[in-house]
Parts: sequence; C-alpha cells; structure tokens
Amino acid sequence: MFGYSMADIGNIMVMQGFSGLSMFTVLLLMALGLAIIFGQMGVINMAHGEFMTIGAYTTVMLSKVATTYGFVNYYFVFAIILAFILAFALGYFIEFIMIRHLYKRPLDTLLATWGLSLVMQQSFRSTFGAKEVSAELPEWMLGSFKPTPDIDIPINGVFVMVLALFVTAGVYMFMYRSRWGLRVRATVQNRVMAGAVGINTQKVDRVTFALGCGIAGIAGAAFTTIASTGPTTGTLYIVDSFMVVVFGGAASLMGTIASAFGIAQAQSILQFFMTSSMGKVSTLLVIVGILMMKPEGLFASKLRK
Amino acid sequence: MFEIENLQVSYGQSQVIHGLNFTANKNETLAIMGRNGMGKTTLFKSLMGILPSKTTKAFVDGVSLEGNDSYQRVAKGLAYVPQGRMIFPNMTVQENIETGLEKSKTREIPEDIYALFPVLYDMRKRKGGNLSGGQQQQLAIARALVTNPKVLLLDEPTEGIQPSIIKDIAKVLNEIRKMREITIIVSEQVLSFTMEIADRIIVIDKGKFIHEDTRDNVDAAKIKGYLSV
Repeated sequence: MFGYSMADIGNIMVMQGFSGLSMFTVLLLMALGLAIIFGQMGVINMAHGEFMTIGAYTTVMLSKVATTYGFVNYYFVFAIILAFILAFALGYFIEFIMIRHLYKRPLDTLLATWGLSLVMQQSFRSTFGAKEVSAELPEWMLGSFKPTPDIDIPINGVFVMVLALFVTAGVYMFMYRSRWGLRVRATVQNRVMAGAVGINTQKVDRVTFALGCGIAGIAGAAFTTIASTGPTTGTLYIVDSFMVVVFGGAASLMGTIASAFGIAQAQSILQFFMTSSMGKVSTLLVIVGILMMKPEGLFASKLRK
Repeated sequence: MFEIENLQVSYGQSQVIHGLNFTANKNETLAIMGRNGMGKTTLFKSLMGILPSKTTKAFVDGVSLEGNDSYQRVAKGLAYVPQGRMIFPNMTVQENIETGLEKSKTREIPEDIYALFPVLYDMRKRKGGNLSGGQQQQLAIARALVTNPKVLLLDEPTEGIQPSIIKDIAKVLNEIRKMREITIIVSEQVLSFTMEIADRIIVIDKGKFIHEDTRDNVDAAKIKGYLSV
C-alpha cells in the first residue's frame, strides 16, 4: 500500500499513533477545561486558549528562574501547580467581573470572551514580546527511548500523557465523587432547582469556570514540553477543543476523552498519507457527517422523555 | 411557624399576587386550592425566592427571609417540591437525594428517608430521569426532606400521578408531619386528596384569597364551585 511494505506500515502506524497520542493529550487537557466551561455551564469561552497561554508563559518564566537558581530538574512540577493557580485565580476574577452578567446571553458571551481573548493576547505581546519563547526542559524529560530500532518514543510525550491521565482522573473524581461535583452537576441540570435544594449556584458557577480555566493552565504547562509559546498560541487549539467537546457530547466526560482520542489519531495517521490540510479536512467531514446523524454528540445521555 | 405579610408579585407590569397574608403553624398542613392560572405556582415560587416579590415580609419561626436567595431560604428552613417534580434527570436517585444535604456535614442519607420511600432504596443507582412520574414525585419529596425543613412547600404533588400513588403520597405526607412536626403547605386542585392531609384550606382566585375553611367545617360544594371552570 502506497509503496510501503507491511513492516513499514506497522512502524508508521506505531509512530503516527504515538504522535497522535501526544496530540490527544494536549487536546484532551485543553478540552477537559472546555468540557467543564462549555459542556457543563454552556458558556462559550473564546478566551479559553489564552488561559492555556497563561499556563505556558508561567512555565517559561519559571524555567528562567529555575535556570538562574539551578533547580531546572525540579521546577516543572511547581510550574504545573503555579500554572493551575494563576489560571484558576484569573478565571475566578473574570467570572466575577464579566461572565456572571452574561449567563442568559450566549451570543454576548461569545463576543465578550472573544474581546477578552484579544485583550489577553495583546497583554502577552506587551509583556513577553511578539517572539515565541521556549521553556528550558529538565534533563530527565529530554531524549527518547527505542522499543525497537525503527520506533522512537520521545520522553516529553510520555510525560504529557501521564500528566493528562492524572488530570483526567482528577477531573473525574471532582465531578463524580466530590460534593463540589454534585453541586456542579445539579446546577447544570437545573439551576433553579439546585438553588431550591440549598446550593449556592453563583458560587458553583465561579468555582466551575475557574476550574476549567485552571485546567487550561495545566494544558499550557504541558504544551511547553512539545512546542514554543507565543501570544497567539492558544488560538491554535481553541477550534479543535470546541470540536472535541461538541463531537463527544457536551456534558459527557467520557465523550470528551473518546472524541479527543478519535480526532487526534485520525488527524495524525491521515496526515502521513495525505497532506496536513487534507487530513484535517477529511477528519472534519467525518465529524460533520456523524454530528448530522447524532446532533447531541457521541455520548449523549439516554433518558425517558 | 411560617408567616407571610403583604405578598405581592408581578410579571412586568401585570400584578398576579395581590397582598396575600397568612400564617401556617407548626405541625399544621395548609392547602391552597385554586384553578389553573390563579397564582398558586407564582405564590410558591416567590416564597422560595425564585421569583422576586415586592414589599413582602416572610418569617420562618420569626427569622426573616427578606432579600434572601433560594439557597439561603433553604438554610433557614424552607423546602420545596415543585410542580412537575424537577428532579435532576442525569443523576442517580441517590445523588438526587444527596443534593439536598447541603446543611449536613456528611453525604449520608438519613435512614428514615428510605424507610418512608422504600422504592427509592431499590432504585438508588438508577438515573432519576428514568423513573416513573410517581417515583419521581417521591424522589422530589425525599430530596426536600433531607434538607431538614421547618416548612415543606409542595406545588400540586398529585399532578399527572395515578390514583393509587396519590393515596400513597397522602399517607406519606401525614406520616412526615407526625414524625417531624413540621409545617406543610400544599397547593392543589384535587379536593379528595386535600381532605386527606389538610387541616385548613384556603382558596386563591386571581391572586387573592377568597375563601377559608378548616377541615372539620369544610364547605365542599362551595370549594368545588371555585375549582370548576
């Protein structure tokens, strides 16, 4: 097939599959935050990518401090925590001053958050410059290992995967095993009734939005291990992230995971056999086709009507 | 005790509730009856803080509810079973009940809840949206009860429920009052159900109270007249 032997095809599938896994993990981390904000709260946050950029710049800045003070090998864990805290705090603040006034106006929310994304991009440009910057990676994250002579698996990719696994498990525990998750799900399903059983829905909104932003911050920290960061880095992923959430079924965590995996793998493998744009177009066409048949996404809940 | 003074509610320019006053005592069941569109649901929603009301003074055991949001009213002792149940459809029965445990330090559902509604224990892992109407009504009452209320508001609990289940609901409400000695206020259109649970009946018409009877001296013909279209 395509002039490759079966062994070549096998190796290509493994390598592209792994590359797809790397893309899957970044998409998943981005989409998890969005699955909470858009999927659960119904807020179209066009500035979600910029919260990811905050996480990325936080990591880059901390890596500079780490290089100066000689703790490059340990800083990354602190960078992830700091990225989460800063993005969470800003998300909390933005919800309070802007988003909470727009909950019943989705189109206004779209416009306002788009404006916010532009303001944030310009702030990044003014603060960090227009050029892309990279974080100094710890030594243990560099290099790759070779399970066979033809297969090369980068360690940073494996690290991002493990991180995504932890964050996904954390989000699952938060949403389905904690009291906060119960409050969030109740508020999402029926805001009026959630208030009438004693839940402070405004507080739930604020924490939920901030949590989604915080997870985007973690995605940003992870992003620095595979690419450099610029003021518009976040915008590259925002469309894909929305696609993941919508395709998976807006309020479904499992849907988000399955959808991120499917889209990333399809794009990665198709891009090898076609051009990059054709790979993306083919994936999009399949998604559009499936959404026409299942408008509520892959994992919509089945309930008595 | 639950006291309301001068309750007025408007939708924009049009006033639907016109200066209502009433007191419901501890361990009393008060029924508010009226035809569709007379203001029963509006009254209950405003009592819960879901709809804004003007110049209203409301007290639970002397504690004012003025300016409070719904969740603050729940903390002060109000609980609400809305018309149409409004259970959380994508949550399990158990999770639905747990949402009412905001005041409690644990997520442990009190044993008496499942004793009152054994069917909910059997179905605790099922999604609320997959229950029948009668089961959903029981779930909505259970969810309200775990908030440990002083006043329980039920908006048309018999709506869309089959007659055998209606009898069960009446029995449970009487049991709840006996066990917990709380105030129950129920809006209804079915007089036979009301007669099984209420100590006092007030009729509402176009946002005003127009008739009041105690159960012992009820003028059934007159009330039926008010309820007929």
